[in-house]
Amino acid sequence: MPILGVIASSKLASTNSYESIATATAAGGETSLSFTSIPSTYASLQVRSLVRTLRALDGSDSLLITFNSDSGANYSRHRLTGDGTTAAAAGSASNTSMAIINAGTVCDSSLANTFAVNLIDIHDYASTTKYKTLRSFSGANANSASTSFVMGLFSSAWYSTSAVTSITFTNSFGFKAGTTFSLYGIKGA
Amino acid sequence: MPATYESIATQTLAVGASSITFSSIPATYTDLRLVFVCTNVSGGDQAKVTFNGVTGTSYSQTYMYSDGSIADSGSSANQPEVNIALGGTSTTIPTFYTVDVFSYAGSTNKTLLVTCNEDKNGSGLVSRAVGLFSNTAAITSVTIAKSGGTYAVGTTATLYGIKNA
Repeated sequence: MPILGVIASSKLASTNSYESIATATAAGGETSLSFTSIPSTYASLQVRSLVRTLRALDGSDSLLITFNSDSGANYSRHRLTGDGTTAAAAGSASNTSMAIINAGTVCDSSLANTFAVNLIDIHDYASTTKYKTLRSFSGANANSASTSFVMGLFSSAWYSTSAVTSITFTNSFGFKAGTTFSLYGIKGA
Repeated sequence: MPATYESIATQTLAVGASSITFSSIPATYTDLRLVFVCTNVSGGDQAKVTFNGVTGTSYSQTYMYSDGSIADSGSSANQPEVNIALGGTSTTIPTFYTVDVFSYAGSTNKTLLVTCNEDKNGSGLVSRAVGLFSNTAAITSVTIAKSGGTYAVGTTATLYGIKNA
């Protein structure tokens, strides 16, 4: 699309280092959605998600994450969040899951057709000698001034040297139909 | 497996301009990512994003930022655009933005994740924001505009498409 005063280029040159592995979509009511049998052939994983839950609340809510079905107290969490008036920080140890606290989902009394978004990275997920670190940039907004909608940066660690072969996303109220988690693999050189 | 992260188009300013638009965006991807690196010639500093030429009151955002001395959060609703800049873009040092648009071709409202990084050797700002375009139509065009003045020669915007399985 050449535009006066602009040097424009358009191409569809595929790169082979970022690949779609799988997508999980909620039919409605599931309290968890999982990716299983994740191949160990990538350097990192990325999850891009749209999430809404069935909780009857006008605001955003938390999304919990576990690896390899491990529900032991083997995780820790940190977060830096904003709710439109205040920036806040918190952390915790010996948790039974990773978490995107208050920002990973939109509840079902919020503006219709609106979903929270999460951009999650898991580095060196296939290592058998290192613990695993997850980070996420997440948030929700519903075109209001309410401080019930939160966004932020999130970090969690899983204290296991096992390769990550499955990822489970959980919300106890259940996911709204249309909630989608897309898993991508990023290759190293 | 097929590659799923593709460059759709790049625009680099050969002369100063107050906006850059990507139009006729195909609906064949799941998400969009816009990478924008700019310097200013002059004028207002606010970089703003709109979709499909829509202004009105369809946009909102919540953000948090640090300018090197404080961390704070703010929000706005019923706006004519998503304001993706909080600081003042330099005439010489590029400011770096990314805008991720989720399910841009879907029938839900469109949620964005925005990053802004600028450092000017003694001042600067880092910010993160979640924005909403309260419109269920598929996005077919994206415009990055300035509140005043022009972006400098060499300002570059690249639009990527990301496709899921």
